[in-house]
Amino acid sequence: MLPYLLILPTVVFVILFTVWPTILAFYQSFFLQRLNIARFREPTFIGIENYVDLFTDPRFLRVLTNTFLYVLGTVPISIVMAFLFALLVNRKLRGIGLARLFLFYPTVLPLVSAATVWMFFFTPDYGLLNSGLRLLGYSGPENWTGNPDLALLAVAIVAVWKNAGYYMIFYLAGLQNLPTDVFEAAALDGANWWQQLWRIAFPLLRRTTLFITTIAFIGAFQTVDHIFVLTQGGPSRASTVLLFYLWQERFENQDVGRAATLTVILVALLLIFTVTNFVLSERKEETNA
Amino acid sequence: MLDDVSSSRGGLARLGNWLVILFTAAITLLWATPLIWALVASFRPAANPLGRGDVWFSFPLTIESYVRAWSLAPFNLYYINTIVVVLLVLGVQITTITLAAFAFARYRFLGQRAFFFLILLQMMIPTTALLAPNFSTIRQLGLFDTRLAIAIPYFGSAFGTFLMRQAFLAVPRDLVDAGIIDGCSWQQLLRHVYLPPSIPTLVAFGLSSVCWHWNEFLWPLIITNSDQSRPLTAGLVRFTQLGEIGAQWSLLTAATLMVIAPLFIAFLIFQRRFIQSFLHSGIK
Repeated sequence: MLPYLLILPTVVFVILFTVWPTILAFYQSFFLQRLNIARFREPTFIGIENYVDLFTDPRFLRVLTNTFLYVLGTVPISIVMAFLFALLVNRKLRGIGLARLFLFYPTVLPLVSAATVWMFFFTPDYGLLNSGLRLLGYSGPENWTGNPDLALLAVAIVAVWKNAGYYMIFYLAGLQNLPTDVFEAAALDGANWWQQLWRIAFPLLRRTTLFITTIAFIGAFQTVDHIFVLTQGGPSRASTVLLFYLWQERFENQDVGRAATLTVILVALLLIFTVTNFVLSERKEETNA
Repeated sequence: MLDDVSSSRGGLARLGNWLVILFTAAITLLWATPLIWALVASFRPAANPLGRGDVWFSFPLTIESYVRAWSLAPFNLYYINTIVVVLLVLGVQITTITLAAFAFARYRFLGQRAFFFLILLQMMIPTTALLAPNFSTIRQLGLFDTRLAIAIPYFGSAFGTFLMRQAFLAVPRDLVDAGIIDGCSWQQLLRHVYLPPSIPTLVAFGLSSVCWHWNEFLWPLIITNSDQSRPLTAGLVRFTQLGEIGAQWSLLTAATLMVIAPLFIAFLIFQRRFIQSFLHSGIK
C-alpha cells in the first residue's frame, strides 16, 4: 500500500493538470461554444466543424506558416550560435569567465523583462538598432515591430539572443568531456583545427546536439511572452504564432471550441515531434552500437 | 585539443588567435548590450529624455526613475506575490517528487511502469500548452485570481520525479541493506540513507524551479485579475501599458531592472550552481 500512497500526490496533480485538460480539450474541440455570444454560450455538438473551419481559414494558415517560420528559423540559428559560442569560450584565458557570463545571462532573465528592453532597440528613429545600423551606413527599414515584413524577425531575434547562451552550456560541457587523446592522435596525423572540429568534435557531440534540438523545438512552440510586449501578434497577424493565437481565441474572442481545437493541434504537434525525435535517436543509437 | 590555437607557432597563427579573441569580445559585448543599456538608461533624469544620437549617458545620474516606478504600481505586492508563488511551488514540489521518486526507486509494485509513464506524460505535454482547459479547471475549483491558482498546476513534477529517481537509484545497495538490517522505518531510510547523497540533485532541481517560476508570465497573466495576486512579470507588462508611461525609457528600464534584480543578483553570486542546475535540466 505504501508505494501507492507515496506516488498519490504526484499522480493526482498530473491527472488534474495534464491528463484531464488534454481530454477536456479534445472533447470541447467537437463543440461550438462562445462565451461572449448569448445563444452560443451553451456548448452545441458540431462534429469536426471546428477543425474544418480552422484548416480552411486563411488567418489560421497564416498563423501556422508564421509558427513554422519562427520555429525553423530560431532553432537552427540558436543552435549554430550556441556551438560557435562554446568553441569561442572553451579556452583558458583571462576574462573568459566574464565572456561566458555575458553570453549566458539572458537565460535567467524573464522573457517579458528582456522584451521590454528590446522594445527600445526596435524603436523607430532613435532606437539602438537603427542607430547602430545608421553607424554602418544603412538607412533602411526603421519601424521593426510595426512593419509586417520585420515583426516576426524582430521577435525571432529576441528569441535567439535569449536562447543561444542556454544551449551553449550544453556544448561547453560536452566539449570539456571529450577525450583529449583522440585530438592528440589526430593532431599527430596532421589534422588541422578545422578537421578536428568537423570530423571529430562535432560527430562526438551528436547526442548533445540531438538533446538541444529537442528542448529548443519544444521551447520554441511554447514561448510567446515577448510577443505580448513587442508586437501583440501584429501588425495584421504578421507575428502571431500558434500559442499566441490560441490565447487570443480563448481570452479575447472567448471562443472555447476553437481554443480547444487549437490546443489539440498544438499538443499533437508537440507529441509528433517528441516521439519522432525519440525514435530517431533510438535508431541511431542502435546503428552505432 | 581544440582550444590550443595558441600553441601553433608562427606570426600568422598568432594573428589568427588575436582575431578570434577580438571576435569573442565583440560578440560578448553585443550580447551584453541590452543589460548595460538598461542599467545606464534607468539612471537617466526624466527631464532629459532619450533622443536621436543621445541614447547612452546623461548626467547627473539619478535614482528618481526607480522611486517613481515604485510609486506608480504596487511593486511591493508584486514582489510578495512572486515570492509566495515561487516558495509555494518549491516547497510542495520538493515534497511530492521526493516521495514519488522514493516509491519508484525503492519498491516494486503492481502498475509501477504504467504509473511512471503516466507521470512522464507531463514532460511530453507541457503545461503551458494546456492553459485554456486548465483555466476552466481553475474556475471550477473556485481558485481564479489567487496565488494558489498560479502555483497549483506545478505541484506535481514529472521532471523532478525523474531526476530524483535517478539520484535515488544511484544510492549503493549495501547502504540500503545496512539500513534495513538496523531496522530503519521507511521515513528513516529516506531521510538518512537516500536523501543525503541526493541533495545536490535536489538543489539543482530547486534552482531551475525557482528560475522558471520567477520568470513565468503567460499562465499568471490569464489566471490573475487583481494586484492582490499578480506577480512581478504580469505586473511589469501592465506597468508598460499604463497610459502615462509612454516612451519614458528611464521609467521602463527601472521597472524592468526591479523585476529582474533579486534573481539576477542571486545568479551573479551563485553562478556555478545556477549553471550546474541548468545543465541538470538537460537530462530531461
